[in-house]
Amino acid sequence: MNEHAPALVVMLPIIGAVLIMLIRHNNLNWGIALLSGISTIYYSIILYLNARSVGTISYAMGGWEPPVGIEYRIDEFNSLLIALIAIVSFLILVYAKSSLNIELKKNKISTFYSMYLLCLGGLIGILSTGDAFNAFVFLEISSLATYVIISMGNDRRGLLAAYQYLIIGTIGATLYVIGVGLIFIITGSLNLYDISLKLADIELYRPLLASLAFITVGIALKIALFPLHAWLPNAYAFAPSVGTAFLASTATKVAIYLLIKYLYLVYGFDLVYSNQIFIFVVLSLSIIAMFGASMIAIFQRNLKKLFAYSSVAQIGYITLGIGIANYSGLIGSTVHIINHSIIKAAIFLAIGCLVFSSKIVNIDQLAGLGKRMPMVAVCITVSSLSLIGVPGTVGFISKWYLVLGSLEQGLWIVVFALAVSSILALIYVGRIIELIWFHTPVGGMVSQNKIPFEMIAVTVLMTIATIYFGIDTRLTGDLAKIAVENVLLGEQL
Amino acid sequence: MSSALYDFISSYNYYVIIFLMISGLFIVVSRGNMVKKLVGLALFQTSVYILYISPGKILNGTAPILDDGYSIYSSPFPHVLILTAIVVGIATLALGLSLVIRVNEEFGTIEEDELFDNELNNE
Repeated sequence: MNEHAPALVVMLPIIGAVLIMLIRHNNLNWGIALLSGISTIYYSIILYLNARSVGTISYAMGGWEPPVGIEYRIDEFNSLLIALIAIVSFLILVYAKSSLNIELKKNKISTFYSMYLLCLGGLIGILSTGDAFNAFVFLEISSLATYVIISMGNDRRGLLAAYQYLIIGTIGATLYVIGVGLIFIITGSLNLYDISLKLADIELYRPLLASLAFITVGIALKIALFPLHAWLPNAYAFAPSVGTAFLASTATKVAIYLLIKYLYLVYGFDLVYSNQIFIFVVLSLSIIAMFGASMIAIFQRNLKKLFAYSSVAQIGYITLGIGIANYSGLIGSTVHIINHSIIKAAIFLAIGCLVFSSKIVNIDQLAGLGKRMPMVAVCITVSSLSLIGVPGTVGFISKWYLVLGSLEQGLWIVVFALAVSSILALIYVGRIIELIWFHTPVGGMVSQNKIPFEMIAVTVLMTIATIYFGIDTRLTGDLAKIAVENVLLGEQL
Repeated sequence: MSSALYDFISSYNYYVIIFLMISGLFIVVSRGNMVKKLVGLALFQTSVYILYISPGKILNGTAPILDDGYSIYSSPFPHVLILTAIVVGIATLALGLSLVIRVNEEFGTIEEDELFDNELNNE
C-alpha cells in the first residue's frame, strides 16, 4: 500500500466524506471522520519519510505516465505541509463533536463532517498534485466545500459571507485557469514539472508574463492578500467555530504553497525575480497588509473578526518572505506557514470554547475571563502573544528569519515595517489581554455550559505547541530549512 | 490595411473571448442583484472554456477519431479539460443559486446593497 501513499492521502478523506453522506448518523460519522483523519496522518508521515529518504517521488495517477497523465509529485516541502494539515485538521476534528452539537442544527452535523473531509481532501490534493489543471479541480473541490462550511452556522449572516466568498473565490479560480490556459497555449503541457523544463526555451516573454499575472492574482484572491481580502473577515466571523479554526489554519496556507510552487518551481527564480515590478508589488502589498489589516483589527469589536483581520496581516508576513526571496526570507515564510497555522488553530479553538460555554461574540464580553475560565483565558493570552512574536513563542522564530532575510537584502524599510506592525499587533492583543486579566466580570455573564474535556485538551495542546515550537525548533525550523534548501533553492545553491 | 484586417480575423476568437470575459466580470462587479451576479459569473467562466477550446483546433483537422482517410486531427486534450471545468462550473452555479434561495428565505431580499449595508457592515 505504501507506494500508493500519494493517492491515498487524497482519497482517504474523500472516501470518508462520501461514506458520511451515506450513513448520516452523527456520532458514527464523527468516528468515520476521525478514522479517515488518522489514516491520512499515517500515510502523510510515510510520504514525508519517503521523500526524505529517496528524494522527490513521482506517482503516475491511474498508471498513466506523465507528462500526459496526471502526476503527483511529492517532495520534502509539500509532504511536510501535507503532514501538518493532516495533523492539525485531525486535532480540530477531535474537538469538533461537542462544539458542533451546540453551534449547528442536529440534521446538519453529518453534512458538516462530510464537507470538512472533502475540503481536507481537496487541500491535500492541491499540495500533492503536479498537474496545473488538476490543481484547479482540487482548488474548486476545497472551495465548494468551504462555501458550504461557512454557510452552515446558526448565524444567518454566514449565508451572505458564503455567497460573497463564492463570487470572489470563483473569480479567483477562473483567473487561475486563464493563466493555466495561457501556459497551455504556450507550452502545450499541463504537467508543472514538464512546463518548467519547456519554459526555459520559450522566447515569448509577454504571454508568459500575462500568465504569471493571472495566476498570481487568481491565487492571491484565495490567499486573501491585502486588497483582495474582502471575503475573509466575514467568512471567518460567521462560520461555525470549528470551521473557522479549520479554514484559518489550513486553507490560506495551501493557497500560499501553490503560489510559492508557481513562482519557484514552475516559472523559476530567474524569470520571476528579474522582474522588478513583480517584487515591488508583492513587497508593498505585504507591507500594506501588515499595516492596514492590523489597523482595522484594532477597531473590531467582534472577536472572530478581529483575529480574521489579524490573519490578513499575518498572511502579509508570509508573502513578505516570498517577496524578499532570499534564503532566510523563504525560511521565514515556510516556518510562518507552519507557525501561523498552529497559532490560529489555537486561538480560534479557544474562541470556540468561549462560544460553547457562554456564547461570547464580542470582546467586551471577555471582561474578567481570567477569573471565570482561567484555562481558556491562558490559552488565548499565550497564543495571542505568539501572534505578536514574543520571544519564546513560535511567532518570534518566523519574525526572526524575516528580519534576518530583509537585513541580508538591505531592505531597512521592511525591518522597520515589521517592527511597527508588531506594535500594532500589540495594541489589539493588549486590549484583549487587559480585558481578560484586569477587568472585573460584567454582571449576568455566568458560565452556562461546562466545556468538555476533549475541547479543552485540544486547545491546550495547540497552545503548548505554540510555545514548544518557539523553543525547540527542530521540528519546524529545521524541516523548513531542509524544504527550502532541497526543493525551492535546489538549483540556486 | 489588409494586413491589419488579416490580423484581426486570424485572432478573431480571442477578441470574442476577451469581450465575453470583460462583460461577465463587469456584470459581477456592477450588479447588486445576487442572481444577476451569478449570471455574470457563469458568463465569465464560459469565456474561459472557449479560451481553452479554440487553440485545440487545427486548420483542416478533423475530429480526433482514427481513420485511414485523414492524417490531421484537432487536439482532443482541451475538450477533456473543459468537460471537467464545465462540471465544476455547474457545481459552483448550483451552490451559488441555492445560497441565494436560502438568503431569500432568511432575509426576504436578494439585493446586495440592502443586505450588506444592514447585516454585514453594521456591527
